[in-house]
Amino acid sequence: MSQVISLSPPLSDEDVMRLRIGDEISLNGVIYTARDAAHKRLVELIDKGQELPFDIRGAIVYYVGPTPAKPGEVIGSAGPTTSYRMDSYTPALLAQGLKGMIGKGNRGPEVLEAMKKEKAVYFTAVGGAGALIADWITSCGVIAYEDLGAEAIHRLEVKDFQVVVANDAYGGDLFKEGIARYRKD
Amino acid sequence: MRTIQLSEVTDRVRKLCQQANSELGDDVINALRKAREVEESPTGRRILDQILENARIAKDRTAPLCQDTGFAVFFAELGTEVVLEGGGTLKDAINRGVAQGYKEGFLRKSIVSDPLNRVNTGDNTPAVVHLTQVPGGRLTLTFAPKGGGSENMSRLAMLKPADGLEGVKNFVVETVEKAGANPCPPIVVGVGIGGTFDYSAYLAKKALLRRLDSRNPDPFYAKLEEELLELVNRTGVGPQGLGGTTTALGVLVEAHPCHIASLPVAVNMQCHSARHMSASF
Repeated sequence: MSQVISLSPPLSDEDVMRLRIGDEISLNGVIYTARDAAHKRLVELIDKGQELPFDIRGAIVYYVGPTPAKPGEVIGSAGPTTSYRMDSYTPALLAQGLKGMIGKGNRGPEVLEAMKKEKAVYFTAVGGAGALIADWITSCGVIAYEDLGAEAIHRLEVKDFQVVVANDAYGGDLFKEGIARYRKD
Repeated sequence: MRTIQLSEVTDRVRKLCQQANSELGDDVINALRKAREVEESPTGRRILDQILENARIAKDRTAPLCQDTGFAVFFAELGTEVVLEGGGTLKDAINRGVAQGYKEGFLRKSIVSDPLNRVNTGDNTPAVVHLTQVPGGRLTLTFAPKGGGSENMSRLAMLKPADGLEGVKNFVVETVEKAGANPCPPIVVGVGIGGTFDYSAYLAKKALLRRLDSRNPDPFYAKLEEELLELVNRTGVGPQGLGGTTTALGVLVEAHPCHIASLPVAVNMQCHSARHMSASF
């Protein structure tokens, strides 16, 4: 394994193009949460030509719907949700300048194609490690769609948020390569 | 006859929701530790370390293991000599406990009132309650919060009787391979064979309540469980689907008599956060 690469959004094309599948990343700075219902609304805004609730250029979106924070906590448990449910919305967001996505599980071919075209990267965090991941989040506030509850868009500040590059902008796929390596026929 | 107050049921359910969501059984922890020792992939070992660390943090802080605190699924065994008192049904008492427990425990409310209009019910009700009658004077409730990621990867097939044992094995392995990274491996695989269309799915879910260090009491199915575990772990899916030798922590099979024309097989997928906890009254 290579050494850990530190990254802070907004990400440039150059930042993205030096990442390869299997790279271990430490994210620091601001990322935004969005899952199923928020994606639907974001794409509706794009279709109408309206402004998005945050600057998406160079941004990283985290697919998560946290548990409510207990009093005194920044956020509740906050592990990644399954990414393929966002696939149909993703190319439209990438075309607006989204550079990174964090989730769990693999992506569909239309997303991988759009990632190559728009120069973007997909990271995976450990699904089901929500209590651990909460410790990497230092601030959390709702910036849009408060009515969606856990599905609202939150602005998160993160410190040493640990992810792995699962799909890079060259078409690399860690899921395919990893499974092929350990498969026993 | 023995009288149990429904208010007592509500109170215990309230506590069960919070505890079961923050604590894994010792059988699951042991299986994860064992997997950490034998996993061949370095990335896989790092993921298993994070999963074990997460379990430690969640238990210490009574924090949810996963942000998906699930659909509240209950298996209730009601003794024939039990009288429930205090108004309403057992299901009403359980739903009151779920609403209180998910609110007080800061657990995520993940249920929408209608599958197509999708408005959140706000309190994680209604629960799914499987009620069976058993001899005696006790009531036992098992709570198994079920996450969406793994539930979505579950499948059911109405095989032909001629497909037999090989057909069942192929369907289970194919389901695990198709699911890949999505159900949060290492998974637990619940398999229901036989019964009817609906009953096989019930058996698959019920199988997930068994301890991972248990085997089906029928030697034929005990052997099948071991064979399926080996086959599933040869797929290479591995921890989080990034490749490795630990795809499942266990395969649990339940079988039931079925129709001469049928061979139903249901596979209920469970993530590594294999949460379930019981309370007896």
